[in-house]
Amino acid sequence: MTTLKDLEITYDKPNWCPGCGDIGVWVSLKNAIVQLNLNPWEVVLVSGIGCSGKLPYWVKTYGFNGLHGRPMPPAEAISLVNHGLTVIVIGGDGDQYGEGMGHLVHAARRNVNLTLLVHNNQIYGLTTGQYSPTTDIGEKNKATPVPTVESPVNPISVALAAGATFVGRGFAGDNKQETELLVSAIKHKGFSIIDTMQPCVTFNHKNTFAWFYERVYKLEAEGHDPKDKAKAFARAEEWPLKRMLKEGEKERIATGIFYREERPTWQDGIPQIGETPLVKQPIDNVDITPILDELV
Amino acid sequence: MVDIAWIIGGEAGYGIMTTGLMMSKIMTRLGLFVFDYVEYPSLIRGGHNAYYVRASDEQIFSQKRPVDILVALNRETIDKHKTELSSNAAILYDPNVTKVEQNEFSSSILLVPVPLLEITKQVGADRLMINTVAVGASLALFYNDYQVLQDILQSIFGRKGEKVVAVNVNTSKAGFDYVAKNFAGKSPWKAEKKPQENLLVGGAEAAAIGAIRAGVKFAAIYPMTPINGVLNTLSAHALKYNIVVKEPEDEIAGINMAIGASYAGVRSLAATSGGGFSLMVEGLGLSAQTEVPLVVIEGMRPGPATGFPTWTAQGDLRFVMHAAQDDFPRIVVAPGDFLEAFTYTMEAFNLAEKYQLLVIVLVDKYLMEGHASVTTEKFKIQNAKFKIERGKILSDQEAAAQTDYKRYAFVEDGVSPRSIPGQQGGIGLSGSDEHDERGLYNEEADNRVKMMDKRFKKLEEAIKEIPAPAFYGEKEAPITIVGFGSTKLPVLEAMRWLKKEGVNINFFQVAFLHPFPVDAVAQTIKNAKKTLVIEGNKTGQFEGLIRERTGLSINHNFRKYDGRPFYPEEIVQKVKELL
Repeated sequence: MTTLKDLEITYDKPNWCPGCGDIGVWVSLKNAIVQLNLNPWEVVLVSGIGCSGKLPYWVKTYGFNGLHGRPMPPAEAISLVNHGLTVIVIGGDGDQYGEGMGHLVHAARRNVNLTLLVHNNQIYGLTTGQYSPTTDIGEKNKATPVPTVESPVNPISVALAAGATFVGRGFAGDNKQETELLVSAIKHKGFSIIDTMQPCVTFNHKNTFAWFYERVYKLEAEGHDPKDKAKAFARAEEWPLKRMLKEGEKERIATGIFYREERPTWQDGIPQIGETPLVKQPIDNVDITPILDELV
Repeated sequence: MVDIAWIIGGEAGYGIMTTGLMMSKIMTRLGLFVFDYVEYPSLIRGGHNAYYVRASDEQIFSQKRPVDILVALNRETIDKHKTELSSNAAILYDPNVTKVEQNEFSSSILLVPVPLLEITKQVGADRLMINTVAVGASLALFYNDYQVLQDILQSIFGRKGEKVVAVNVNTSKAGFDYVAKNFAGKSPWKAEKKPQENLLVGGAEAAAIGAIRAGVKFAAIYPMTPINGVLNTLSAHALKYNIVVKEPEDEIAGINMAIGASYAGVRSLAATSGGGFSLMVEGLGLSAQTEVPLVVIEGMRPGPATGFPTWTAQGDLRFVMHAAQDDFPRIVVAPGDFLEAFTYTMEAFNLAEKYQLLVIVLVDKYLMEGHASVTTEKFKIQNAKFKIERGKILSDQEAAAQTDYKRYAFVEDGVSPRSIPGQQGGIGLSGSDEHDERGLYNEEADNRVKMMDKRFKKLEEAIKEIPAPAFYGEKEAPITIVGFGSTKLPVLEAMRWLKKEGVNINFFQVAFLHPFPVDAVAQTIKNAKKTLVIEGNKTGQFEGLIRERTGLSINHNFRKYDGRPFYPEEIVQKVKELL
């Protein structure tokens, strides 16, 4: 049985800011691995750059800390050449909704069998507080002399439109729900995304834990049917708003599973990896004679 | 001696490429040495396409200027190529489509009017098959037995069924018979079947076969001229050899996927041209920093930006040597011919894994999209000689025995043993940040210096086994040509011609360009009477590199940047000017 202790590293510890939302995500991810009883050596965490990108440092599984915006492509390849592994992509809002948006869309349409966990804090924290692709419209910070007029990316809607087969939103202030979401997402065969609202306690002075507590609600509590894509879209479009808030209006932020469906995965369509993972196939004596025979 | 240069030209979309390749196969099956090359614009349909095939019973290396048989599917082909005709060339055309008068040419030019379109009608074939008629008709100009073509059609189209074979045989045989009856006596060429056994291989194909032989299991290639042949060849053999070939959404995804696959333990490949390579640049650094072995094929074409997509160049040498921020070890190898495209691509995979670094195989359109005959024996020898060497990958047992595994452990040769995800005991972190031995982010000055030095130590080790530059020709010569990549082909051809005239020059080919073989190059320059660098770019990137690394100057240079390959005639002329 895999225990939390198995996932602990002894030579370093997280250096996120005290109270950072990343801590909640980190705890939930380890809980999910334990609940699923995954062998730590069969889990690969592939991250990008930013505060979220450091998460693999502090979980004792295989970790690949790639480029900003680019954790998805290596993760796709890893999940393909060794399809026995559990591959989890860790990205921030800059990674996945800025630089790497294209990769997200393509991984979703391919239905690559992996889980994308996005730490969405709606700000660029590590570079000290510039607006990100998910910063609320009307916010003013270091990179915006006037309140931003850019309406934020809606990750849930994008994922649904791109063809993701498991779409959920979590909140770093609710570890129990986040853990459950991750367990379901990892178990899901195909592309799963958990967009996790993760307050940056240092630079995002608007979207704080308290702010979220007043606005989040659970989809399952309202009887949402995750098989209904049209309804999933409707829920997704509730927030973030593409306009300024009206006087007296307050956002409602849905959490939980928006949508799930079964569809053949990328891996299912590749007979080359059918029986033995590519990585286990011997390459010592590849016989090219049949190819050479065709060359005359 | 037989030495025939044949061109088929016409509008794109009329099967020029297939027909040209068929002619190369005919020549190869006759036991001749073949070189072929294709010129076309960046269009799917329309625009002038020309497929050039040269064949000889002597070992040839490249194209030559004079065209002996010009197959013109339209008038434009004649107008474009009429200045290239040899003194007793033949022009094969359809008189019902193209108007040609003997008085346009000297009387020694043989006009071969063949009613190509009418023949397709007579045998009940589609009008698009005029090119197949033309192949049969061409064959009759230099060879008297149709059977060779029938055999080839059987092997090309056999998979598509007997009906397809039959229509191809009927059309080409009708063309053959027409010319045999009306013109064969007037033709000056007479080829005979030779016992020589050659393979006909394209440069891109050779590189892809090298990758297959080396055990590539994953390739992520976004299509781009001139490396499409790599993608197509790998895909054609993907199911048989269990290779996953994926078209990524862009080259950024391509290189990052290739890195991911290699990290996960398989040999993987990325391939592109300069534009796509520009997108890959950050990924090059990632492979270096994470010490993930990686092979990238870069097929040069003229740039910058979209440039001159379907033409050739050698303008990316400095780019591939220096691309990505800061310094890191890499190997750059530029195969000079078709066999080297095979052997050096295989070798690239071994070097990448043994030293856990990036190997760039630098090629160009001229080599990638051309074909040549390679002596079967030579190909087989290289194939037999190759042994997979994967370097320090932990076995499952070794990984399981680890008590405190460190992915980037400081070791004598800089090459830290690699674990593969899934191995118990091998858990570790591969990081793009500067890191400590465990892969953890580390900003200490001391660690930084040790890590940089460790990465470069691998290159010092690799240098010991990297093949030295090759030397061709007599030891003593009035002129020493120095070059890299595919210029080897026209240079060797020019040397052959000069030798027949009693002029013995020599050629020094630097295939492994980075790390630069300083001593060997310096020694060659010092020993040479006169040096001439030949390269396909405007600013003399290779010449500058030689001066930078050796402190020595080259006497003369010959550069081209018009998108066209070097011609042996141009090289001979340049040499004669310098003698």
